[in-house]
Amino acid sequence: MLRRLLRDPVTLFGLAVILATVLAALLAPQLAPYSPDEQFFDGLSLEGAPLPPSERFWLGTDLLGRDLLSRLIWGSRTSLLIGVVANGFAVLLGTLLGVAAGYARGWLGAVIMRFTDLMMAFPALLLAIALAAIFRPSLWIVALVIAMVNWVQIARIVYTETSSLVEREFIEASRAIGAGPLRILLSHVLPHLVPTMLVWGTLGIATTVLLEATLSFLGVGVRPPTPSWGNIIFENQTWLTTAPWLVVFPGAAILLLALAFNLVGDALRDALDPTQRGRD
Amino acid sequence: MATYLARRLGQALFILLGITLVTYLLLFLLPADPVRQIAGRSATPEVVESIRRQLGLDLPLWQQYLRYLGRLLTGDLGRSYAQKTEVTTLILSRLPATLQLMAGAIAVELLIGLPLGVLAAAKRGRPVDRALMVASLTAVSAPQFVVGILLLYVFAVQLGWFPIGGYGSFSHLVLPALTLGLLGGGWYARMTRSAMLDVLRQDYITTARAKGAGSARILLVHAFRNAALPIIAMIGLDIGIFMSGAVVVESVFGWPGIGQLVWQAIQLVDIPVIVGVTAVAACFIVLGNLMADIAAPFVDPRIKRR
Repeated sequence: MLRRLLRDPVTLFGLAVILATVLAALLAPQLAPYSPDEQFFDGLSLEGAPLPPSERFWLGTDLLGRDLLSRLIWGSRTSLLIGVVANGFAVLLGTLLGVAAGYARGWLGAVIMRFTDLMMAFPALLLAIALAAIFRPSLWIVALVIAMVNWVQIARIVYTETSSLVEREFIEASRAIGAGPLRILLSHVLPHLVPTMLVWGTLGIATTVLLEATLSFLGVGVRPPTPSWGNIIFENQTWLTTAPWLVVFPGAAILLLALAFNLVGDALRDALDPTQRGRD
Repeated sequence: MATYLARRLGQALFILLGITLVTYLLLFLLPADPVRQIAGRSATPEVVESIRRQLGLDLPLWQQYLRYLGRLLTGDLGRSYAQKTEVTTLILSRLPATLQLMAGAIAVELLIGLPLGVLAAAKRGRPVDRALMVASLTAVSAPQFVVGILLLYVFAVQLGWFPIGGYGSFSHLVLPALTLGLLGGGWYARMTRSAMLDVLRQDYITTARAKGAGSARILLVHAFRNAALPIIAMIGLDIGIFMSGAVVVESVFGWPGIGQLVWQAIQLVDIPVIVGVTAVAACFIVLGNLMADIAAPFVDPRIKRR
């Protein structure tokens, strides 16, 4: 299966982008040419405008004369951290509630599923904005807010899978030989859910990266001076028509990372879903 | 059919009630102290107490919730802290612009998604198909604010083909609608492709082919109608994406809809406005889902029998 994934150039491209971002985030202090917070006094033009890309500042400078490349490299930490933490939490919560609803069914299952119906009715971004406006945003609050919005879809998918799993004969058989509910869940139900969690965990990171960037762009996400790809664009809004590099580079970074996770998630889904194999 | 509709309607009402509970929670329970936000920091204890009584915050929670519900039934979403106006008035004055933007976005996503999906299905497995599928994922992965800013920069600032933001004529609508519709266009291309592939696998297509129908005719007449109608019937489900997207697109283009209202409210930490728009958007989403549920059995009579 892994070989199938690695043979596809498009998936390989996605994996390479993810790997590069992870490396940039881990090695930020070594890779970044300058400190992300240093305001160079030769970093602005005589009129006080940001500088375009040059030999000294590879991707140009921002409104305060800081090196854009260094801010982007440090910003990858924010994007990845929130992507992994927020989405990990969403997958955990979604799986927990989905399994509980699918296994218990009855009134508990009904209550949980009606609650997910309700949450589905809220537009994700607006709910996140409302929550972020109420709790003064910090990196962890943003991660929490995104997790609180994103678990819903995973819960529904896991619920559907669990409720069809528990009707299968092998579950009935293990119940018949006296296995308790915990044992059934841990050794029979959860292993079957791993592919689903893997696929939706990967695709969810793309959604999370985009949501964090959007919240930060709107000013209710990660607050400057902590660099995030979204808040770099937010901070530099006034210069957007004269200094397009301040949108193009962070924008490209967000797009590439989200696309990479979408490509890999898509490939994983095709590879892990046996009914899809051999089709298309 | 009637029971199907009645059940869907009942579910919708139930969800609407749930929405009021969540918005009540957001409005009155979570903020540190709404009274302080209205009265300001320097208010005397007497003023604070009178505002508290005015808002009914001295009553038990369930009574407060019922009063809130009662106000909602008369269309009262509360007052904006910053603009000293009714939230309902603000939203109503902004709604037409947002609806116009959404109509534009629906046109864009169908015009992009359906033809490209058909093309990809026709060229299935070939480079065109692969390229289109990567392109559609790219559209789905593109942050809308970046797309909006870049379109604005290239086509309005540099080329001067369209006005730099604002509202009014058709040319004002083009760039915002394109930005909002692009994401959906990516999804529609993927959905149309897989729906077309499902249809093309069916026996009646083989029959048509055996009768000598040309491949263009099979694709466009026999397959497309069956593949595309269920997809078009699901447009109601897009309202959620649009409501989120409207905040971003309207703030980038200065489009005077409810999304821009939220964006302005963010700057002023005007929570009643944010929550009010969230509630209205949620109602639209419920309505959109209901529309999709009602349309489905008309488009695909097999659903009726289930």
